[in-house]
Amino acid sequence: MSKTNNQAAIVGIGQTEFSKDSGRSEQQLAAEAVIAACKDAGINPSEIDGCITYTIDNSDEVDLLRSVGCKELNYTVRLPQGGAANAATLYHAKNAVESGVCDVVVIWRAMNERSQYRFGQPTVSISPDANGSTFIEWCFPFGAQTPASWEALSCGQYLSKYGVTSEDLGNIAVLMRKHAATNPNAWFYKQPITLEEHQNSRWIVKPWLRLLDCCQESDGGVAIIVARMDKAKDLKQTPARLLAAQYSFLFNHEIISDFYEGDLTGLPFSERVTEKLIEDAGIAPKDTDVAMIYDNFTPQVLRQLEGFGYCGPGEAKDYIADGNMELDGKTPLSPNGGLIGEGYIHGMNNITEAVRQIRGTAANQVENVETAFVASGVAGAILGK
Amino acid sequence: MRPDPILKIDTAFFWEACERGEFVAQKCGACDILWHPPRPMCPKCHSTEKEVQQLSGLGTVVSWCVAVRPQAFGFDESPIAALIELDEGLRFVSNIEGVAEDDMQPGIRVQVAFADTSGGKKVPVFKPVSE
Repeated sequence: MSKTNNQAAIVGIGQTEFSKDSGRSEQQLAAEAVIAACKDAGINPSEIDGCITYTIDNSDEVDLLRSVGCKELNYTVRLPQGGAANAATLYHAKNAVESGVCDVVVIWRAMNERSQYRFGQPTVSISPDANGSTFIEWCFPFGAQTPASWEALSCGQYLSKYGVTSEDLGNIAVLMRKHAATNPNAWFYKQPITLEEHQNSRWIVKPWLRLLDCCQESDGGVAIIVARMDKAKDLKQTPARLLAAQYSFLFNHEIISDFYEGDLTGLPFSERVTEKLIEDAGIAPKDTDVAMIYDNFTPQVLRQLEGFGYCGPGEAKDYIADGNMELDGKTPLSPNGGLIGEGYIHGMNNITEAVRQIRGTAANQVENVETAFVASGVAGAILGK
Repeated sequence: MRPDPILKIDTAFFWEACERGEFVAQKCGACDILWHPPRPMCPKCHSTEKEVQQLSGLGTVVSWCVAVRPQAFGFDESPIAALIELDEGLRFVSNIEGVAEDDMQPGIRVQVAFADTSGGKKVPVFKPVSE
């Protein structure tokens, strides 16, 4: 692994509080998070020359930059595919700064997805254009109208094939809530759950998803600053170098309504991302010290653990149950409590946790962290000291 | 009742076929491959000459779900939504009627029927294959 001056690194992170009612606009949350990330890095916001977010975010580039006062943008990207794009932002930020197109890139996400609208409920204001995904047009007339219902249809074959039970899924929720319980920034701070509580939680979508299998609907903003190591050396924080970041999207696949291609019991795009990460970073996701895996719903964690090579097909439920992903296990999973326990800022809060783990400043700090893996299905990144 | 289908330029042919009681998929007019969901161009030969093929209407349940909370929008009661592998090898999301929720499982053989929407349209739903 080369430690060149040209390598990209995350040099600043910022966030607002994670709540259910922020009491201010999404645009303000975005601006607050960006300013917090700049302060963390020791960068003047006027230096930002690139900005990246992803779809399903109402906050706007022009308004954001008008608030934070940057002078000139050379690069703006709004990636497709919603939350699945969160790790892909690092891929684009890395390319933007390493190519010299930008010097300081900000990645941001800000949503009032609980107080302003309900992210988990049916989208009744239907756009006639489903934006390259079939979940509205080909699912809505049949009553599959929420992320939870699409997830249930897409993971059902995997869960049936490998005999995954609701208790197996509950183990993941219990683990996430255990980690959140000792993270003061988590919405579910000091609120661990038992497997019995998971089993008694109400059904959201039968036969797979109970309330406690679902991530939260959260209000909040997160921002991340990426720059090259030549600049990072002079900034305030220990940089979290981007050893590798990759993205793969395959023919006829989709994000959450991914029903139409190939064997539904695996995630071929995650396997492809893993191959490319190993080629770039010389290290496999499973050999990093912390795993930040997108936990919008508990079954998604299982399929990603297999897709990203932590264990073999069908083994993920036992891999979790055997304690491999506890804070003192082989590879701790989302020590912040993840999207289920800390908050659902569309995965961005899992990236900031990976950075804290690299810096050694996390609430639930894992010992001797040298590398961390961040994943969101179609994308992944390996961070290192 | 249930919500109306959403018609787009590239997909209206499917819903219009439902009005005639036909369950169809799109096929390339040049190289004959069949696909779903619909698209404006053949991904193999890039022809935009598309044909419409009637399907057998037979398939097998892959996975299923029922929205409990919130209930499905536009329905009196949440239906059983299912992913169905059609005999032609395409997959399609629809509803299963005539099977109790407790009896649902992967592998059930189903055949197409048509259900009315609140706006007087028709959409394909599936029922167990009658022996």
